[in-house]
Amino acid sequence: MFTWVALLTLVLFSGTTYAMARRKALAQGRGSHSLPGYHGAFAALWVGAPAILLLLLSMAFGGRLETAALRAETPPAVAALDAQQRDVFYNDVHAIARGGQPSETVYDGALKPALEAKVAQARALTRGFQIGAVGLAAALAFAGLGLGYRRLNPQFRARNRVEGWIAGLFIACSVVAVLTTIGIVASLVWESSRFFQAVPPLEFLFGTQWDPQIAMRADQYASSGAFGAVPLFAGTFLIMLIAMAVAAPIGLYSAIYLSEYAGRTTRAVVKPMLEILAGVPTVVYGFFAALTVGPLFRGFFNAVGAELVGGPFNGLGLYLGQVQNQMALVAGAVMGIMLIPFVSSLSDDILNAVPQSLRDGSLAMGATRSETVKRVVVPAALPGIVAALLLAVSRAVGETMIVTMAAGLQAKTTLNPLDTVTTVTVQIVTLLTGDQEFDSPKTLSAFGLGLTLFGVTLVLNIIALRIVQRFREQYD
Amino acid sequence: MTDATLPAATRSPDALKRAVEARLKQRYAQEMRFRLYGRIAIIIALSFLVLLVGRIVLQGYSTFIDYRISVPVHLDASRVDRNDPAGANYDLMVAEAILAKLGEKDDEVGEASSKVMQLMSNDLGFQLLKMVREDPSVIGKTITVTGPMRADSALYYKGEIKRSTPQDSRKLDDQQLGWLDELKAAGAIRTGFNIGFLTRSDSTEPEQAGVLGAVVGSAMMLIITALLAVPIGVLAATYLEEFAPKNRWTDLIEVNINNLAAVPSIVYGLLGLAVFINWLNVPRSSPLVGGLVMALMALPTVIIATRSALKAVPPSIREAALGVGASRTQTVFHHVLPLAMPGVMTGAILSLAHALGETAPLLMIGMVSFVPGVPEGFTGAATVLPVQVFIWENASERAFHERTAAAILVLLVFMIVMNLAAILVRRRFERRW
Repeated sequence: MFTWVALLTLVLFSGTTYAMARRKALAQGRGSHSLPGYHGAFAALWVGAPAILLLLLSMAFGGRLETAALRAETPPAVAALDAQQRDVFYNDVHAIARGGQPSETVYDGALKPALEAKVAQARALTRGFQIGAVGLAAALAFAGLGLGYRRLNPQFRARNRVEGWIAGLFIACSVVAVLTTIGIVASLVWESSRFFQAVPPLEFLFGTQWDPQIAMRADQYASSGAFGAVPLFAGTFLIMLIAMAVAAPIGLYSAIYLSEYAGRTTRAVVKPMLEILAGVPTVVYGFFAALTVGPLFRGFFNAVGAELVGGPFNGLGLYLGQVQNQMALVAGAVMGIMLIPFVSSLSDDILNAVPQSLRDGSLAMGATRSETVKRVVVPAALPGIVAALLLAVSRAVGETMIVTMAAGLQAKTTLNPLDTVTTVTVQIVTLLTGDQEFDSPKTLSAFGLGLTLFGVTLVLNIIALRIVQRFREQYD
Repeated sequence: MTDATLPAATRSPDALKRAVEARLKQRYAQEMRFRLYGRIAIIIALSFLVLLVGRIVLQGYSTFIDYRISVPVHLDASRVDRNDPAGANYDLMVAEAILAKLGEKDDEVGEASSKVMQLMSNDLGFQLLKMVREDPSVIGKTITVTGPMRADSALYYKGEIKRSTPQDSRKLDDQQLGWLDELKAAGAIRTGFNIGFLTRSDSTEPEQAGVLGAVVGSAMMLIITALLAVPIGVLAATYLEEFAPKNRWTDLIEVNINNLAAVPSIVYGLLGLAVFINWLNVPRSSPLVGGLVMALMALPTVIIATRSALKAVPPSIREAALGVGASRTQTVFHHVLPLAMPGVMTGAILSLAHALGETAPLLMIGMVSFVPGVPEGFTGAATVLPVQVFIWENASERAFHERTAAAILVLLVFMIVMNLAAILVRRRFERRW
C-alpha cells in the first residue's frame, strides 16, 4: 500500500515537472530547437522513469530479498526442525507478519519465542525495505529533476533525447519476447536437470514403464517410482495420428473447395463459421468429448460387441463389450475436429499463394478444374501443405485440455485406438495440479516431460515455418 | 494431357470421337466427384460446429430454469436462542414446515424430515439464520422464506431423473418423488429464470453454484493481460517493423516470435510456475500470475497482428511525413500507428479472446482451486471461466454437468461478444488503400 502511494506520488510529481518544463520552454518564446512538449517530456522522464522503475523492481523482487534476509540467521530451535517443517515455520512467519492466515501448526517450547522474534524481524524488514526503496526512489527523482530540468534551454535538443528514451523503450519491449524464450528454456532445463539427477535421461527417454508414484515417507512400502516415458510418447503419438486422420482430409478438402470452387457468398458464410469453430476454447471440446462423444462411441462399440458375442467373433465381441469412455479414439477424433479449421485456414492461405497463371495455363490446356487442382495447384503448394500439416501435428502434440478431460491416466504402449492411453500433457497436468513438493522426482518429472514437449514442438515449428517461408519466397 | 492415354489404334474418326466422348464423360464425372468431396468436407466441418454448440445448448439451457419453494416457517422461541442464533437447526424447521404443507408429520427419529432436507436447498436455512441475525425480533413469528430446491429435485422436475428408473439406482426414492409431485400440484413450487447462476459464485451445492466469481476472475486476469501484452506487443512490433535495422539480431527476434506463437500453451504454464511462482513469489492462483502468464502467451499474437497492420499502411504516408520534416518517431506516432490502429485493435481483441478461453497453463499455476466468492483482489485466490468449466466437469454430481454446459454458454457468449467487437472495429474503421 505504502509503495503504491509512493508510486502515485511519483507519477504526479513527474506530471508536474512536465507542465513546469513545458511552461519554461513556452516562456522562452520561439526559436528553440524542440517543441515545448519535448522539453516537458524530457524533464518528466528524468524525474519519473528511473524512480518508478526502481519501485517496480522493488515490488517484484523485494519479497525475495526479505525472505533471504529473514532466513540468513536461523534460531537454533528452528534449525533443529527438518526442512519441510522449517518451510512451514517460515511461511507462518510471513503469514502472521502480513496479517494473513497461518497454518494450524502449534508452536510451543523454544519455538514460540523464536516465532515471535522472527515475526517482529519480518515486520521490521518489510518496513525497512519499503522505506529504503521509497527513499531511494525519491532521491533518484530529485536528482533527475536537478539533472534534467537544469539542462533545458532553447538550444537544447530535447526531441532527440526523448526519442532516444523511446528507442530504448522500443528495444526493451522487443527483448521481452526473447526473454520469454530464454525464460522457458532456462526454467525447463533447470528443473529438468534436477529431475535428471534422480533419473538418468536415457532411462527417462527409453524406459517403458511409467509409474510416477513415489513413497512419501522413507519407511513406506512402495516402489521408488518408474519414469520411463515411452508409453506417454506412444499415447501422444496415437492420439495425434487419429486426430490427423480426421483433420487432414476434411481440412484439406474444405480448403481446396473454398479456394478453388466456392463463390464469394459461400466463402463469406463458411469462412466465419470455420473461424468460430477455431475460436471455441479447447476446454469446451474437452467437455464435448467427455460427456457426448465418449458415451456415444462406447455405446456404439458395446452394442456391436453384444451382437458379436456368441458368434464367430466371440473374442472381439467380448473385447468391444468392455471398452471404456476414455478410449484414444474419442480424444483423437475430437482433437481432429478442433484441428479442421486450423488445417483448413493454413492450407487455404497456401493455395491462394499459388499464382493464378499456373491455373490459367492448365485450364487453357483443356484440363478440368479438378485435374488442375490435383496435378498443378496441389503439387505446387505441396511444401506449404506439408508445413501446415506439421504445424497441426505440433498443435495436436501440445494440446492439453481435450486429452486431460477425455483420455485416461493409464500409461500403456499400444496402437489400439479403442484402448485407454495417456499423453505427455495429461501427465504434466496430473503431476502439477494439487499439492506440489519441489524436491521430489515426481513433480520434477513434469518439467522433464515439458522439456521434451517443448523440444519436439520447437523442431516441428522451425521446420514448418522454414518451409512456409521458402514457399512464399518462391512465388513472391 | 489426354492424348497419351488414348488407345493408339484409333482408326476411324468416328471411333476416335466416341473414345474422346467416353473419356470426357469419365473426366467430368471425376470432376463432379471431386467437387462433391469438397462439399462433403465443408458440410462435415460445419455440422460439427452445429453439433457441438447445439449439444451444449441442449445440455445447458435447463440450468437457467430454477425451481423455488416458498414456505411459511414458524420461528419457535423455544428453538431459536436469541443469544446464539447459529445454534438452531433451521433446516429442520424448514423441513417440518414443508412436511406440514404436505399434510404429514415428522416421525420420532426424524426420517421424514431428513428426507425432506434432501429435497430442498440448505440455502433456505441460511436465509433464516441471516434474518434472525439481522433482526432478532422475528423470533416467535412466522416468516415466509423462498429458496431453490435441491439440484436433484430440480433434475426430477426437468425430467432428468425418471420414475421409471429402479428406486435403488436413483438418488430420490418413490416417497420423495411423490412429495415433489404433491408440492408441485399444490402450487408451492414456482419456476423462473435462474438469476442466481449469474449472481452467485462457486459452491459445493450445485443449486447454489454460479459463475459470478469466475467471470470476475476472468475479467481481472484479462485486465492484467491487456495492460501488459497490448502496449509491449505494439511497441515491439513497431520497433521491428519501422525502426529495426535488418541484421542477424532482428532476424533472431523474428524467428523467435514466430516460434513462440506456436509453443504449446501448457509450456507457458510451466514457465509461470517456475519463474513467477517459485522464483518471484507471485501469489499462487491469483489473477496477477494468471494475467502475467497470459500476457506472455498473447504477446506473439499481438506482435504478429500489429506488424501486419503496420505493413498495410502505404509507404507514401511515411514519406510524406518525413518530407515535411517530421522525425521518424513523430512519423510513426503521429501517422503510421494511428492509421494502423484498427488492425492493431482487432488483433489485440482476438488475442484477448483467445486468452479468455485458455485453460491449460492456468491449471499449472494453481487457479484450479475451489474459490467460493468473488476474488478479493489481484493477488487473492481466483478462478476463471474455462477453469470453472474444468472443475465442474470433474464433479461427480450430475447436476454439475448441466451447470458446466451453462458455464460454457456464458463463456461462449463472452467470446462471441469479443469477436463481434473485433469484427465491428474492423468494419467501422478499416481503411483500404
